[in-house]
Parts: sequence; structure tokens; C-alpha cells
Amino acid sequence: MEFKDYYKVMGVARDATEAQIKQAYRKLARKYHPDVSKEPNAEARFKEVGEAYEVLRSAEKRAAYDRLGSGPRPGDDFRPPPDWGSGFEFSGAGPGAGEASGDYSDFFEALFGRAASGRAAEGRAAGGRNRRGVDAGRGEDHHAKVLLDLDATLAGGARTFTLRVPEIDAEGHVIAKERVLNVQVPKGILPGQTIRLAGQGAPPHGEGKSGDLYIEVEFQPHPLYRIEGRDLYLDLPVAPWEAALGAAVKSPTPTGTVELKIPPGSHAGSKLRLKGRGIPSSPPGDFYVVLQIALPPAKDEKAEAAYRAFASAMPFNPRTGLGV
Amino acid sequence: MTSFDECLPGEIFEEGAVLSVADLAYLFAVEERHIVALAEEGVITALEIDTTQWRFSGADIRRARIALRLERDLGINLPGVALALELLEELEPLRRERRGRP
Repeated sequence: MEFKDYYKVMGVARDATEAQIKQAYRKLARKYHPDVSKEPNAEARFKEVGEAYEVLRSAEKRAAYDRLGSGPRPGDDFRPPPDWGSGFEFSGAGPGAGEASGDYSDFFEALFGRAASGRAAEGRAAGGRNRRGVDAGRGEDHHAKVLLDLDATLAGGARTFTLRVPEIDAEGHVIAKERVLNVQVPKGILPGQTIRLAGQGAPPHGEGKSGDLYIEVEFQPHPLYRIEGRDLYLDLPVAPWEAALGAAVKSPTPTGTVELKIPPGSHAGSKLRLKGRGIPSSPPGDFYVVLQIALPPAKDEKAEAAYRAFASAMPFNPRTGLGV
Repeated sequence: MTSFDECLPGEIFEEGAVLSVADLAYLFAVEERHIVALAEEGVITALEIDTTQWRFSGADIRRARIALRLERDLGINLPGVALALELLEELEPLRRERRGRP
């Protein structure tokens, strides 16, 4: 198990005041909140910071933690939990990240156990609220989050999700169990939408139905295409003469290579739209090609001569707009 | 435990979804007045304001989810959450644009 230096995680001194710790937490939480941050590993960092705060904000837990001294060096016996920060399935509080029951490191749980965590307990209690009368006995809904590849929404198809589910073992300890689900991803699902798997949540309390499993979907960045809502964008490099004179050029699209007509007089940033070739939701998104002018390098005498001929044939000051 | 060869049919929850205040409250495990407050702040928009029974579309699910997370995790009040959401929505295309550039 890895020893965690919570003071280091929070970037505060070991004698920091409560106010300093709270301030550090707020600052880090804003920086790494998964809904706000674009930092790599934001979600994992956010959870780590949340865990550190959970300990340091409470006088009792902090005192217990401090008694460990500086312990083994941080990172000793380093063994990151599998899938840290992704694919975690939990019950109750829908909004997700950070406070799910069972979202703490082994280190935290070894020290404080799971019942000690006030926030996780809150999450469970909240989950039981608002149960509608007709659904008495119905199992709780579970929530999870996954990263999908763009192809999954373009074509639909089966994907395997590995989720971690908190379970209570025979001795009453909460353990994270892996659950592998093979899911038919619905074609046309958009980032931020949710896949619902009916009956895959918690088992019923006595008679009744199982809860549902809600999987929130985000997309991995695609090497070629940018996703904007249901539309896809591609930056397509063209030669200066193709843009100026017009040309037919090949372009990749999610459904295969197409021949595109570049209109004469196009410039960098010109947008061409291929209707209905975006994400196949209803209505389907569009596919946009954004032209980028690529300059051939003047890498030999012949090319240099061509550029000189170009310059003398076409006196051109690209900086007239700047008044120089 | 689900066996490997079994393939669960997924449905897009938001598509065609029409949810009441109680549905959203249940989904996010918060009190109904919390959802009402989100609507009053304009974070989510009821389909028809005039009726006594508010209904929300699937598109509001994501906004409500993010709003509730920001409120809870960052300790910001509702007007702050609404502002953060608007700024995030403005920022989103700019970040995407930049990511696409070398």
C-alpha cells in the first residue's frame, strides 16, 4: 500500500492552520475539478485532494494521521489502484465525482475505514431519499462514468466497460470489486449524455425491481476530428494554389475518404460543410472541413526560383491592414 | 457478475426524456427544492413555465448534473454556479479549437 503524504498533496506545511488548509483545498478543487479542469489526470488529482482534505479538515483524523509521523516515504511500495479515477460505479448520489462511497484510497481506508467517512455516508443516505412510493423495494440506481472512442458513437457497437463496485464482504469490510460489462453502445450518443442499462443497478430490497445503471459518457480526443456537440471538425491542409484556384482534393471523413471541391478564392479558415456526416444522432450532426494553407518549403533551387517568380509576378503586401 | 459474451443493450437516457422535478431530484439524490432552485436560477429551463407541473428535457440532465457537482465540490452558491456554467460553455469551443492546433 502506498503511503500518502496528505500535506504534500495539499501543498501546505504540517503546522498549517485550518483556514490555510481550507484555502488550499478550495484552490486545488477549482483547479482540478473534472467539470472545469483540462489538466491531465484532473479527476485523479481531484480525488486525491478531496481525500487529503477529508483527513486534514477533521481535527480527529488529522491527529490520528499525524501520529504516523512522516511514516514511510511517500510513494514507497507504489501500487496505484487499478483504473484510478475512471470507471467507478457507485450508488446513490448521482452527480458523481469525488464523494462516491468507496472513492478513497486503500491507504485512507486502512486508516479510517469506510464508515468513518462522513461524506460517503451522506452520499448513501441521500441515495435513499425521494424514493417514490410506487417503487418501494426497488434497488438503488448506480452511476458510473466512462471514456469512449469516437468510433463507438459513429458506428455503435459493443464495448467492454470495467467498473469498480463497492461491496461489503463477509467480514463487513467494503471492498472494491471489478465488474465487467459488455455494453451495446447506442449509435449517435453525444458527449455528456448517459447510457441507461435497465436493471443493472443494485438488487431490490425484498420484492421489487433492480435499480438501473447510468453511465455518463465522455469522449477521448480523436487524432483527426474535433467534436463539437453533434458536429465534427477537421483541419484540412491545402496548397496555396489549391485554395486560390480551386481544386478537387481528397479528405478523410468518419465514413471514408471523399473527394472535396475547394472553391476558387478560398482562404485559411474557410469552412466547407458536409451535411449529415457528423455524429449520427437524430438529427445527425454535420462534418466541417476547415481549410489550412500549407506552404511548400523552399528546399531547393527550383523551389526558390518558383517562389521568386511568384513574388515578381504578384506584388503583394500581406501587411496593408497593419498600416505598414 | 455478467458473463463476457452477454451484451447489454444500452439506451441513450437523454433522448426523448421528459423529467419532472421529482424525477431529477431522485436521479441526483437531492431534495426537490434543490431542483426548483436550479430552475429559478435559470440553470435548467422547464419546457412549459405556466403549468404547475414542471417538465425538463434530456438536455437539462447534463447541466443539472454539472451544476450540482460544482455547487457541492467547490462550495459555490447558485448564482456562482450559473455564472461558472455559462463561462464554461463559452470556454468549451475555444478549448476544443486550441486543442486542434499544433
